[in-house]
Amino acid sequence: MSTPILSLRGVNKSFGPVHVLRDVDFDIAAGKVTALVGDNGAGKSTLIKCIAGIYTPDHGDFLFEGNKVDITGPRDATALGIEIVYQDLALCDNLDIVHNMFLGREKKRGPVLDETAMESLARKTLDGLSVRTVKSIRQTVASLSGGQRQTVAIARAVLWNSKIVILDEPTAALGVAQTEQVLNLVRRLADNGLAVVLISHNLNDVFEVADNIAALYLGQMAAQIDKNEVIPRQVIELITTGKSAGVESAGVKK
Amino acid sequence: MSSPTSAGTSTAETSIASATLKGAMHDYWSRIKAGDIGSLPAVLGLVALCIVFGSMSSVFLTPGNFANLLTQAAAVIVIAMGLVFVLLLGEIDLSAGYTAGVTGAVLVILITNHDVPWYAALLAAIFVGVFLGFGLGTLVARLGIPSFVVTLAAFLAFQGILLLLAGEGGTIRVEDKTILAVENSNLTPTLSWIFFISVSIIYILTGLNRMNRRRKAGLKSELINLWILKTAGLLIITGIAVFALNVERSNNPDLVSLKGIPYVVPVILLILVIGTFVLSRTAFGRHIYAVGGNAEAARRAGINVKRVRIAAFMICSGLSAIAGMIFASRQNSVSPTTGGSSTLLYAVGAAVIGGTSLFGGKGKMRDAILGGLVVAVIDNGMGLLGYAAGIKFIVTGLVLLISAGVDAISRRGASV
Repeated sequence: MSTPILSLRGVNKSFGPVHVLRDVDFDIAAGKVTALVGDNGAGKSTLIKCIAGIYTPDHGDFLFEGNKVDITGPRDATALGIEIVYQDLALCDNLDIVHNMFLGREKKRGPVLDETAMESLARKTLDGLSVRTVKSIRQTVASLSGGQRQTVAIARAVLWNSKIVILDEPTAALGVAQTEQVLNLVRRLADNGLAVVLISHNLNDVFEVADNIAALYLGQMAAQIDKNEVIPRQVIELITTGKSAGVESAGVKK
Repeated sequence: MSSPTSAGTSTAETSIASATLKGAMHDYWSRIKAGDIGSLPAVLGLVALCIVFGSMSSVFLTPGNFANLLTQAAAVIVIAMGLVFVLLLGEIDLSAGYTAGVTGAVLVILITNHDVPWYAALLAAIFVGVFLGFGLGTLVARLGIPSFVVTLAAFLAFQGILLLLAGEGGTIRVEDKTILAVENSNLTPTLSWIFFISVSIIYILTGLNRMNRRRKAGLKSELINLWILKTAGLLIITGIAVFALNVERSNNPDLVSLKGIPYVVPVILLILVIGTFVLSRTAFGRHIYAVGGNAEAARRAGINVKRVRIAAFMICSGLSAIAGMIFASRQNSVSPTTGGSSTLLYAVGAAVIGGTSLFGGKGKMRDAILGGLVVAVIDNGMGLLGYAAGIKFIVTGLVLLISAGVDAISRRGASV
């Protein structure tokens, strides 16, 4: 694995008596798709929320491009170029694609919105991602299919020269063809040099696009390994038992 | 127009269909089918009502009645324009009518009892309105009390304040010439035309400028033919209206001459222009739509949802204060019933009939004007035909119900 753009070391997070993350190490590399897998309640969401600055870890270090950083709020994460695409997308149905992509970060000329600049940039971004399915970028999001919405949400995340894009179950609600579209897009993001974190329950998806697989088990990192070194059965074992024969475990303590 | 030569290739072009006038019509039709009906029902309703009342009453389509209609509708329209901001968030302000009453009383008391000049009194009244709105918005946004409950409580409380300010059964008269002129005087015919022509020129230049900028950036812009058609249509209709208002409408012109645009029309137009600018051209306006569409998404996008909510209530109550001035001007006084009775319901009705959604996220400033005219036409027309007030209320209620129904159904159509 190349030098990680973001490394987490010994991250711990508790909510009251519940110890959700225990000494988690996690590496994210530019140009790679890192899949984060784990059963329900394994701590996947908590981990990405720590990265996004929504939760602050109790202790643990964040190394961004080799330097120690503090992420204490969503703005810190955004400033580092970390963007999250949430499972429930967080798009406004009543606004069009351009408006959604620039929501909260509108481009302005004086006090006035600069619609032409925003539309040009939105179009350039979508073209850069080779998105061909959207008819007009001035149509409202309400009129888009699930795959197209996911595309818009992802395009919004990469609009800001972001370095790390975290996708939370991007294909969970999609049909076969749309899943394929989104996975292709995920692959293109990494090929464009972004660090992509893909959270997924679907091992088919994971093995199709990921370069690297990190498995969480009961709040501990069971293993983070190259995709080519494992087969799906081993990953399932990591997810369900925290260890698997032939996989060097990161050390799950019982 | 032919496709621009920009980098945009795949996502760039809208359907090729819209490259022609026929295509544009087709696009519009598919938008309507998708539930995006906008102000269409209000416009059609307005035309239908005018035809019906015009054929049944000889007075309805006279210039005199037209001017009357505008001044009757003015206060409700202004309250409705304020309500659009709150409705866009999916909230409601039931107290807006009595906010107009209270602020109207403040205005009149300052002028009549304390000899404050009208502009200072008006500023004070607007300030009181904005302050009341701040209170309502804070209770809704910070404490999380439903706006329905907060403003219902305020509806009663403001009525009480108005009663105390006016004194039991008392009315406070206003003698100030400027305030009275708003609803009772007109621009001279020459000024009316100058006003019409300058507004038209500004409107045309803004439109051309926008299209030009989009073309320069290589973006698809509105069809020039369609734009000319729409602009010409709008200018012809408003031109006819100005012409009608410039006709002498006094029964005894030698004694009192009555012609020209009522002063309240430019007032409403100014609010329309500023409000439309804020809603469609500023980040704040965009955030209002975003909060109304999906508050959680807005919050995650870094928008201060609470501040947007509070600001919308402040704008709504501030505009109610201007409506309060219009009431004072129309009635020559403020009484304990100013802004009461059916005022608020007519204003909510106006916004909704005009096409603003009660579910939030959809609506425009002009909806308030179109809807306000529909409400006023029903009220005025049925009055001329001699129907009882009870019948008028029933019909207006039914029209509101139909509009809300259309809103709900079109929303369902859009979510498929």
